[in-house]
Amino acid sequence: MNNRLKNNIFKYWAISCTLFGIAMLLIFLINIVIDGVGRIDWNFITDLPSRKPELAGIYTAIMGTVWILGLTAIIAIPIGVAAGIYLEEYGKKSRFANILEINITNLAGIPSIIYGILGLEVFVRMFGLGNSVIAGALTLSLLILPIIIVATREAIKAVPKTIREASFALGATKWQTISQQILPAAGGGVVTGVILALSRAIGETAPLIVVGALTYVPFVPQSPMDQYSVLPMQIFNWISRPEKEFATNAAAAIIVLLLITFIMNGFAIYLRNRWQKKVKW
Amino acid sequence: MSYKLTADHVNVWYGNFHALKDISIRVRPNTVTAFIGPSGCGKSTFLRLINRMNDYIDGFRMEGHILIDEKNIYAKRVRVEELRKEVGMVFQKPNPFPKTIFDNVVYGLTIRGVKDKHTLEEACESSLRQAALWDEVKDNLKKSALALSGGQQQRLCIARTLAVKPTVILMDEPASALDPISTAKIEDLIAELKQHYTIIIVTHNMQQAARISDRTAFFYLGELVEFDTTVNIFTAPKEEKTQSYITGRFG
Amino acid sequence: MKKRNEKIIEFFLALSGAITVLTTIGILWVLLYESVLFFKEVSVVEFFTDTQWTPLFSDKHFGILPLISGTILTSFIAILVALPIGLSIAVYLNEYAHPKIRQTIKPVLEILAAIPTVVYGFFALTVVTPFLQTLIPSLAGFNALSPGIVMGIMIIPLISSLSEDALYAVPKSLREASYGLGATQFQTSFKVLVPAASSGIIVSVILAISRAFGETMIVAVAAGLEPRLTLDPTVPIATITTYIVQVSMGDVPQGSLEFKTIFSAGMMLFVFTFILNTISARVKKKFYHKYE
Repeated sequence: MNNRLKNNIFKYWAISCTLFGIAMLLIFLINIVIDGVGRIDWNFITDLPSRKPELAGIYTAIMGTVWILGLTAIIAIPIGVAAGIYLEEYGKKSRFANILEINITNLAGIPSIIYGILGLEVFVRMFGLGNSVIAGALTLSLLILPIIIVATREAIKAVPKTIREASFALGATKWQTISQQILPAAGGGVVTGVILALSRAIGETAPLIVVGALTYVPFVPQSPMDQYSVLPMQIFNWISRPEKEFATNAAAAIIVLLLITFIMNGFAIYLRNRWQKKVKW
Repeated sequence: MSYKLTADHVNVWYGNFHALKDISIRVRPNTVTAFIGPSGCGKSTFLRLINRMNDYIDGFRMEGHILIDEKNIYAKRVRVEELRKEVGMVFQKPNPFPKTIFDNVVYGLTIRGVKDKHTLEEACESSLRQAALWDEVKDNLKKSALALSGGQQQRLCIARTLAVKPTVILMDEPASALDPISTAKIEDLIAELKQHYTIIIVTHNMQQAARISDRTAFFYLGELVEFDTTVNIFTAPKEEKTQSYITGRFG
Repeated sequence: MKKRNEKIIEFFLALSGAITVLTTIGILWVLLYESVLFFKEVSVVEFFTDTQWTPLFSDKHFGILPLISGTILTSFIAILVALPIGLSIAVYLNEYAHPKIRQTIKPVLEILAAIPTVVYGFFALTVVTPFLQTLIPSLAGFNALSPGIVMGIMIIPLISSLSEDALYAVPKSLREASYGLGATQFQTSFKVLVPAASSGIIVSVILAISRAFGETMIVAVAAGLEPRLTLDPTVPIATITTYIVQVSMGDVPQGSLEFKTIFSAGMMLFVFTFILNTISARVKKKFYHKYE
């Protein structure tokens, strides 16, 4: 039957599409590994960058990444979680909360490079922070704030209303109920969302370029006001060089970056599964 | 004789919906009062007035007075958290916190700043005994409350309520989600508890009301149709509507 | 006493929320302010009609069209790849695949979305471009085709995930009615489900376009940095985003006209993506409202 035939043709087409996506992923990863794994050794990780590809390492880039990630986490997590709590627990019907909600959805769709432009004008120039780690961290914080807020809200939403009722009926205040019942119960979901947000921040390059992350940094940042580079920047820099050996370096650095990213994502998903099991209503 | 709870011409609106119409009732201390009536008649709404759980509902408005121990619980200076120490509530579906049994029972105390381990442990044991749960859980209070059976969870919720030493206990269909054996246990419990507490229980199970309560109030479409001793309500009701309801003509 | 503490806590929580509003206001203000200054020196007409964008050269032209064409060209190629593939995957997972397969495949596809974009850029430059050059010998080392395709691959999970959610939201009754009349899965999917879920699917496409417009690194690595008003995918081009990167990495003095071009270009990008996001939000609201 013609219909049967069409059905099967589409089925195999669709399966091919699915396999295409997975195949691309595999080709891609295998390619990177072949290109770069040979270059990875302890020296690669601990060497400073250099004009000679064989001597160049990712040490300063990794330290820069650690700095940026640390500062971003310190800034974004409290603000994001607090805002999420406010939207979910306090502001429910107010016009202010409505505006916030629409606003956050909007922010999530703005290209990351625009955050870079914002950071450039406000943090780098107006606040006079120059192209320092703190300026980069503040910029990235604004970028991932919507992600953390949404994750917090979803986690809080998942806590059954009955828990809230029981707490109030025993005479707890709103904040006692939030801090002693809701947040602990929602904690796993929040942590998962935070880790996912941070793993997104690790891979961001464009906004950091705009706020002045350097491509060649032969030192490790010692304070938030220092200049810095990050792993994706280093990769970008090496890709842009014509020498083939730098391409190898880039591949090796990519492997490190991907490892970090996958470990973070994997950990977040593991946490989510454990949390969902523990809190079975 | 002083009454434990007095409601005086109470009217409740949710937005434009007139949920409770001119309710006046007086409850004596150390009694069990049952609220019966078909779904949507307002009995749960009225119950929730007593510990002010309706305060959280959009568009809620009340007129009239509710007094506990002669004091107006809706007065401006009344602190809701204090009220809920006096008046405890047990819900239809058991809702233990996802914490240990011990933490569940003492929660009402810890949020009020009680830190002394000894005090907490004593309160825990006393409450669990009163709730007829102690023997079943005493060996492992650190077990998660969610691991208990439905009936046990509900008794845990009762223990949790008792731990703050209220004088009034509100129960909103406490056994309707439980099996018959657990239900029987809870009913026995209520009979025990009434020696020390004033209990008001909402139930859609008329036989249950007949078994455990001293007085019964019949609600219908937001009105308090009749309030009398349980014996009278079920054998010689004065109102026709009451008669129709208890004989099952509508429900 | 306690009541005051509660109020204070609420205030600080609200303050945290307000920071997001400040962010939006900040973005708008920065872009508008600097753009206004920019347009004091460059006429709006020239900005929108000049076919050359050469602010960094000695012969300065400030026509935004080449950047816009670059952006649209790469995004178009990306959607050309991602839409058929993503939609087919969505239909397959929704209607054909065993739930276990669905459970396994979905997270694997999400991995595609988690990879940092600079890594995709590397892939485009070192693997895809050489491969394409065997098929199209005239393909330049830097071009729009390669990053376009790779962007498409990156966006596949976006379209497949959202479209699948939209398909899932279609009431079972429609599905049963179609099968009850003897339709195949293919017919049910494309004659009944996809039309019913069309708004949700459109939302996913709009969001994908918006994502593609804002993409920077893949294009920055693999497309070169030559603003060019063209629809030819085989030559180097520049997009709004890659231009911004180029200027940021250079030695353009802050406060100069050349520097201000970042903001006027950024303004364009913001306006485009804002319009797309707003449309998609409206469509989404109407769609899910339909099925409540």
